[in-house]
Order: sequence, then C-alpha cells, then structure tokens
Amino acid sequence: MSTNGYTSWAVDLAEVGPVYPFQGYEVLMVIIGVAFWIGWHRIQFVREGEHLEKARHTGDEEKVKIQLERY
Amino acid sequence: MDGNLNALTTVFTEFYYWVTVVFMFLIHVGFCMYEVGASRARNHMHTLMKNIMIIPLVTVTFFFFGWWIYWAFPNFPFWGGLDTEAGAANLPWADTMATNLDDRITGVFWAAFLLFSWTAASIVSGSVIERIRSSALWVHAVMIGSVWWIIDAAWGWHYGGWMVRVLGYHDAYASGVIHAIAGGYALGVIMVLGPRLGKFAKDGTPRDIPPHNPWLLTIGIFLIYTGFWGFYAACNVPVISPEAIDGQITGVTWTATNIYLAPTTLSAITFNFLMSLSGGLMAAYVVSKGDAFWTFSGGLAGIITASAGNDLYHPIQAMIIAAIGVVIVYKLHHWVERRFKLDDAVGAVAVHGYAGFVGLVISGFVLWGVPSSPYEGYATINPVGQITGAVIMFFVLGFLPGWVLAKIQSAVGVLRIPEEVELQGLDYAEHHAYEDAKAAIIAADKEELATRGVAAK
Repeated sequence: MSTNGYTSWAVDLAEVGPVYPFQGYEVLMVIIGVAFWIGWHRIQFVREGEHLEKARHTGDEEKVKIQLERY
Repeated sequence: MDGNLNALTTVFTEFYYWVTVVFMFLIHVGFCMYEVGASRARNHMHTLMKNIMIIPLVTVTFFFFGWWIYWAFPNFPFWGGLDTEAGAANLPWADTMATNLDDRITGVFWAAFLLFSWTAASIVSGSVIERIRSSALWVHAVMIGSVWWIIDAAWGWHYGGWMVRVLGYHDAYASGVIHAIAGGYALGVIMVLGPRLGKFAKDGTPRDIPPHNPWLLTIGIFLIYTGFWGFYAACNVPVISPEAIDGQITGVTWTATNIYLAPTTLSAITFNFLMSLSGGLMAAYVVSKGDAFWTFSGGLAGIITASAGNDLYHPIQAMIIAAIGVVIVYKLHHWVERRFKLDDAVGAVAVHGYAGFVGLVISGFVLWGVPSSPYEGYATINPVGQITGAVIMFFVLGFLPGWVLAKIQSAVGVLRIPEEVELQGLDYAEHHAYEDAKAAIIAADKEELATRGVAAK
C-alpha cells in the first residue's frame, strides 16, 4: 500500500509523472484550500472590526501624548 | 526529459528562475523596511504585518486562479475566447501544478510570476500606510496581485497576448505591466482613502511627514535595487533555440530572449539596468536639490522608466530616458499632491505609476518600427500602441479597479480606521501592553533587589 502509488523507486523515471499522495483528490484539495483562504479573511475581518471598535475607546490621553512625542 | 541537451537546458532554466525568485524576495524585504521606516513608531507593527501578510494571501490566490488567468486570458475577451487548452495545465487541480517528475519547470516559472504579484501588491501597500484597515488592503492585494496585474500580463506580457499582436506593445521589464498598473491602482485607492491626519494644513499646504527611521528606509531601497536584478533576470528566457521559438528567426544560434521570445542578452540588460539606475539617481539628485530620499527613489524611478525598452536600448539611451522620466515624475508628484490633496505616503504612485507610464510612452518613440515579436503578423512597436498600452495599464486595469473597490469599501465603512485610532496609533494596544509589562517587571526587579539588600544587611 502506498498513498502515491509507488512502493519502490525501482522504476524508469521516464515513465513517472505525479508522485504526490492522494492523486485523484485534487479538486477536493482545492475546495479545502479555497475554504481555508476565504475563512481566514472572514476571521481576520471580524477580529479587526472588534479590535478597532474597542481601540476607539481605550486611548488614555496622557499615554497618547507620549506616543505622539515619540514620533 | 529526452536527450541530454534538453535535460541540461531544462535543469539550467529551472535553476535560473529559482535563483531569480530568491533574489526577488529581497524586493519584498526592501518594501517592508521602507514602509516601516517611513511610518511613525506608533504604527510600526501594524505597517509591517500589513505588508507581510500580502505574501501568503497573494501566493495562495495566485495558485488558485492567478496563474490560470495568465495562460487563459491572452486574447480574452475581445480578441478570442478563453484559451482553455493552455489554461488546463495551470489550473490548481492539474497534476502539473504539483510534485511531478514529468514537469520540472511549472513551479519555478509560477513562482517567478508570483514574486511580481507580491511586488504589485506591495507597491499599493506603501502608499496607504497609517490609515487603511488591514482587512481592506488585503482584499486589494489579492485583486491587484492575483487578478488585475496578471490579466495585463496575459494581454501585454505574453508572446501571444493581443496587445503585443495588435498594438505592437513592448514592455520587456514591466514598466507598465507591474509599475504603471500598481501605481495607478494605488492612486485609485488613496483618492478614496484620503490623506493621513495632519498631512495638509488648513490652507491646503502639504506638510512633510518625515520618516521615523531614515536608515531603515535607505537599506530598504537598496534591497529593492538588489531584488530588481533578480526581477530583470526573471523577465528573460535564459537560453532557447530558434527551433524552439518556431518563429521567423533563422539559423541555429541559441539566445536569451525577452518574455515575447524576441532576442536580447543578459549583457544588454546589465548595461542598461546600471545606466538607467545611474541616470535616475543623478537626475533626482539635481531636481530634488540633493534630497536623500527622492534621490534614492529616483534611482528606482529611473530603472522603471527605462524598463520597457531596456532589452534593446543603448546604455546611454537608458541613462537619458531614466533621467527624463525622473524629472517628470518628481514634478508631477508635487503638482498632484498640491492640486488634488493626495497623500501618497511613500511616493509609490509617482515612482512606480508615473515612471512606468512615461517609460512606455518614451519607448514608443525610441523603438518606433522595431519588431515586437519574432512571429509573423505582429504589429511593430509604435507610439500609438505604447500610449494606448500605458492608458490600459495605468487607468483601465489599475486606477479604475482600485477606485471602484475602495469606493465600495468606503461606502460600507470598512476602508479606513477610526480617527481616534489613527491618532493614538495602530500599535497603541501593543505599546500600552508593552509599557505596562515593562513597568511591572521593573517594579518587581526593584522589589527583589530591595528585599535582597535588606536580607544582606
């Protein structure tokens, strides 16, 4: 049993093409990959919105002044 | 791989592109350093993170659909349909887009284009620092990096692209296909985004917002220069036979070519890269009266201006064209800033956008009548084709999509950070936590010291 179809390299390399595991499931892998990408944007978008809303009300005037002076 | 010569050529070519990719990584390092150096201390980590995350987001989307666009779109939509046959081998589920002993080149060729995608997105990132939401910029990064620039590459930076065939469009080292489009896109975004707080006085006079760390800026731009070497090499096919080109070239002399498979040499682009860098630096020094950062940026703008024709120019032509471009870019930047109250934080619109546009226009005159391709029936290089190409790159595929998306983001309130946060700084929470943690540990250490002191007595 082998996940990429080869159990030995005793082969003519001219006859070898893809060697990655789970060949035949490429479309499924793309669907999982796209979901991961879109999901990441969603998570980041929500978190940033919450963070900025919270940050609007957290600025201590004295500390902000110090930050401004630091340039 | 059948035959040793074929095998050696393939191995050399894949290694060649692989090395260019490593070099081009330095462009991104340089952009990150430049942006962080230009931003103020209260925004450093946010600025850095904003640019770093361009890398994974553009990479995965360029894998999912960007690379396929390049191969499927050369004549789409007005000059033919999608080239599904060429596109098929570059779909994300194709077995050639993976570990495959029967295809040893697609991955490195994909990566060479991908690094251009990062650059396009990173150019936009620099102009919007200190006030854009990361989530908004990252959507723009995906759109410019994996959609718009690669459409322009299919049209005007592909040996079969309709712009090359019909217009005689020539853009060997990407004055338009990377720089004009990215600068135009950035202009569209900053028009909607607005300037940083304090950038303009009440009477509209622009204020200089000096870099927080000029040395980081300097190293950044020198790293961009360095990476640009890799960029230039990546724009060439390193070695190919006339038989493989299958065009009008006769004889059996193998050659390096530009992206259109028209002949050039590595020697030519080395001459011209350095001479256009020099022309840009010298002109920028004079026109900016020795301003360090405009001088450094002028070197870059000089290369970008000459890039469209740097496969063919004489080195002195490259130098003069670079110098002319830099003077136009410098004057135009300050006129636009005053006239339209636009805050291009790192001069990206000018250095990339205006320089790329001007470079295309100049090359149309200097290379007038020169063949754009080794294939029969293609238009030769001409001013109308280059000016049309410049408009397509800067306005149609750059400015317009950037402006429309930014307008939508602005309308739903997800483009710009709140004013309070801009003032206190995007890193306020981190700084706050850092200062509190620092104060707490200093107090604890002092307490420990005092206790030990008492014990010792």
